[in-house]
Amino acid sequence: MSGTEGTKGAHELVPISPGSPSAAGPQHATPLLDVRNLMVRFGRGMPVVNDISFTIAPGETFGLVGESGSGKSVTSRALLGLTGSNAHVAATRLTLAAAAADGVLDLRQLSARAWRGVRGARVGYVPQAALVGLDPLRPVGREIGDALRLHTKLSPVERRAEVSELLAAAGVPEPELRAVQRPYELSGGLRQRVLIAAAIALRPSLLIADEPTTALDASVQAGILNLLERLRQNGTAILLISHDLSVVSRLASRVAVMQHGAIVETGPTARVLDAPQHPYTRQLVAAVPTNRPRGTSLAPQSIAAAPAESPTPAPSPSPSPATAAAPGESAADAELSGPTPAEPPSPAATAAPGESAGPAEAVAPAASPTPAAAGSAAGAGSAAGAAVVLRAHGLSRWFGDRAAVDDVSFTLERGRTLGLVGESGSGKTTVARLVLALTAPDKGDVELLGQPWSALPERERRPNRRRIGAIYQDALSSFDPRLTVGQILSDAASGGRSSRTDVSALLHQVGLSADVAAQRPRFLSGGQQQRVAIARALAPRPDVLICDEPVSSLDVSVQARILDLLDALQRELGVAYLFITHDLGVARHMSDDLLVMRAGRIVESGPTESVFADPREPYTRELLAAAPQLSRLAEPARSR
Amino acid sequence: MTVVISLAVLVFLVVAAVWPDLIAPGDPLAIHPLDAFQPPSAQHLFGTDESGRDIFTRVIHGTRASLLIGVTATAIGIGLGLIFGLLAGLGPRWLDFGTTRLLEVMFAFPGLLLALLFIVIYGPGIVTSTIAVGLSTAPGYARLIRSQTLQVRDAPYLEAALVLGRGSVFRLTRHLLPNVAGTLFVIATLGVGQSIVWASALSYLGLGAVPPSPEWGAMLSAGRTYITSFWWMTFFPGLFIVLSAAAATLLGRGLQQRKRSS
Repeated sequence: MSGTEGTKGAHELVPISPGSPSAAGPQHATPLLDVRNLMVRFGRGMPVVNDISFTIAPGETFGLVGESGSGKSVTSRALLGLTGSNAHVAATRLTLAAAAADGVLDLRQLSARAWRGVRGARVGYVPQAALVGLDPLRPVGREIGDALRLHTKLSPVERRAEVSELLAAAGVPEPELRAVQRPYELSGGLRQRVLIAAAIALRPSLLIADEPTTALDASVQAGILNLLERLRQNGTAILLISHDLSVVSRLASRVAVMQHGAIVETGPTARVLDAPQHPYTRQLVAAVPTNRPRGTSLAPQSIAAAPAESPTPAPSPSPSPATAAAPGESAADAELSGPTPAEPPSPAATAAPGESAGPAEAVAPAASPTPAAAGSAAGAGSAAGAAVVLRAHGLSRWFGDRAAVDDVSFTLERGRTLGLVGESGSGKTTVARLVLALTAPDKGDVELLGQPWSALPERERRPNRRRIGAIYQDALSSFDPRLTVGQILSDAASGGRSSRTDVSALLHQVGLSADVAAQRPRFLSGGQQQRVAIARALAPRPDVLICDEPVSSLDVSVQARILDLLDALQRELGVAYLFITHDLGVARHMSDDLLVMRAGRIVESGPTESVFADPREPYTRELLAAAPQLSRLAEPARSR
Repeated sequence: MTVVISLAVLVFLVVAAVWPDLIAPGDPLAIHPLDAFQPPSAQHLFGTDESGRDIFTRVIHGTRASLLIGVTATAIGIGLGLIFGLLAGLGPRWLDFGTTRLLEVMFAFPGLLLALLFIVIYGPGIVTSTIAVGLSTAPGYARLIRSQTLQVRDAPYLEAALVLGRGSVFRLTRHLLPNVAGTLFVIATLGVGQSIVWASALSYLGLGAVPPSPEWGAMLSAGRTYITSFWWMTFFPGLFIVLSAAAATLLGRGLQQRKRSS
């Protein structure tokens, strides 16, 4: 470890003691980048970045972690002089070490012209959106060549060779071929590599990577992170910005945690993650679902804890929505206007009709998972909750001559969660659509509650549609834009005949206050939107809920609360989840059993813990290895 | 601001259409040969025509016919557009194909030509010219409604309603039609202005309202002969055509912007 101890204040600077032995890689007396008391304000508004200080040593990876709106991207733009004319940027020191080691460059006083000499040449920038970060109409090689054309005197031929070399260095296979392709011809991972190739074209001493792996699949993400690490080993310092602690933890030797525009905690990565000092850091670390056993809550004072205190549920098949104990949301987050956690347990808390397992029993499978996946319909372990609610048998679906789903079979028991993981394009969503009978299978069939489902004509299916619900990644687009939350929920509850009290009960169940009913979904936060989607899906009291990437576009702490909510609702209502996600950490936290999907086929299945502990298929092992997790940090972050 | 002004103008025109005597109490058809060709004055605000009829009275009394033609023609156009648009947007693929080709054929004719064709067949008059204008605007509405329908039909929220077990009637009436109609209302406001101009154009050509009746287009046509010497005979009916069309159009644009920004 370097000489840094747990710095508590946001104002304090991380001292880099010269010559001190550091696990964090080479450190020099003069930092490459020195930021002191940086403040960014737009117009006359409140500062978006407030008094932050940090340094980056040459060849070091420094992580900046925070959720949306914490000011991390504005910080990176300030370092590139890209905050725009409306912004007011101030700092007591903002310097970049000059290349020749004969002084420093004061970034505060650069002219627009001087900035052009810094950007690209001295500081490389890898933007987040790999699709919009590239001109769709130009071959990507030209895009990279631009930097060389502007800053070097290479001839066109030399430039082409250099571009190929850069692409190869960025891990792009067949660089000559790729250089003449346009962005839409490349996959997301390749586009990100192209952007990195462009950013390192002039061998900048500092690379700013703003969410470089967001929206990429786990294995692609691992590849990009390895690439960044290789660049660092070759001497490039990296400022890695991400909302994802696990991403930052894999590369950065030191991290700073940002909240509301200020750095609340900074220090060596291992120390910050192992022994977080600030409550917000603790909350962030706890919210990472990886390695958190099934049934534990991810957010502080979570709703998940509540059902244990509630009395044994009345097994009456009451149609009124059960009142869940309210989640106590963190006060720091404006996500919710939820009531207090001290809500008295309502006697109306009921199990789903025909369901006999109470919360106590429903929790049990978490401790001792019974194998339910892959056709083993045996409900051997739990006697009460063993009813199979959903069974897929040999499902296949072709698009053209490509099998999107190929011979997929599984069973799902009442009150349990079956995780379905796979990378994008593996056919997960097609499985969801087949199960929801939105797409007809070419082969095989789906049974719902022991009855034929996919084989029926839509007319006969309709009465039972209320037995199976769905929530989606993009909750907002699943709401009619004209309707208010209240209208949406009462439509779902009982064909528009439900009263206002039903709506507030539904809202209450998902931890939203009743006055949300009057709002339109687009004015709610992402987390609130997903809560409304959950309330709507549960309104008809379904037996099965298909969750298609329900938390993939949410910040990690919001994600944690949504996952906790789903967990608690499952225990309370006995609803079974088919939980589709690309995030192995989420899948592990949520699922009793797991299906691993690749190219339309189930390559591995079984109880979640045994799949994680002892993956049989090479693909599963690959997937598991690629998933960034916090636990790796306990080892030195840069063994690879 | 423009919305407020347009609204004020439209309110004035509606009052003129419903209670013309409130604004101009005279008889629009009363002839005073001795007062012919009087320039605008305190007595005759807009002057008089070749038979000594008060132009102000005639213009105000003509509002009813013009507005009625504009609104009715738009209603006919949108009604037909809805039928064809929804058929194409919701029907099977062959129906969509057939309807779209038919619309393309209609589009090949300029709108006014289509209206003329209809009048040639069914003879001139207010009713036929109204239907003619409605018919000629229908293809535009139909195409718009079709594309809106296609867009809404595949929206995730309609699928969500299906997953919730909602029948097709509910999905159509609760989600699809209102969302299609939302854009339609704005377009209709714009359409009224256009229909008024077209109806006036047909009257001007002598294919709509017949001369003695106080209709703007017909008045324009009558004043055409004297345009060099007695400008007020054409100017004031023309002014009202422009005013009503502009008010409807600006209101429509204002609503469009408000919808977009909300």
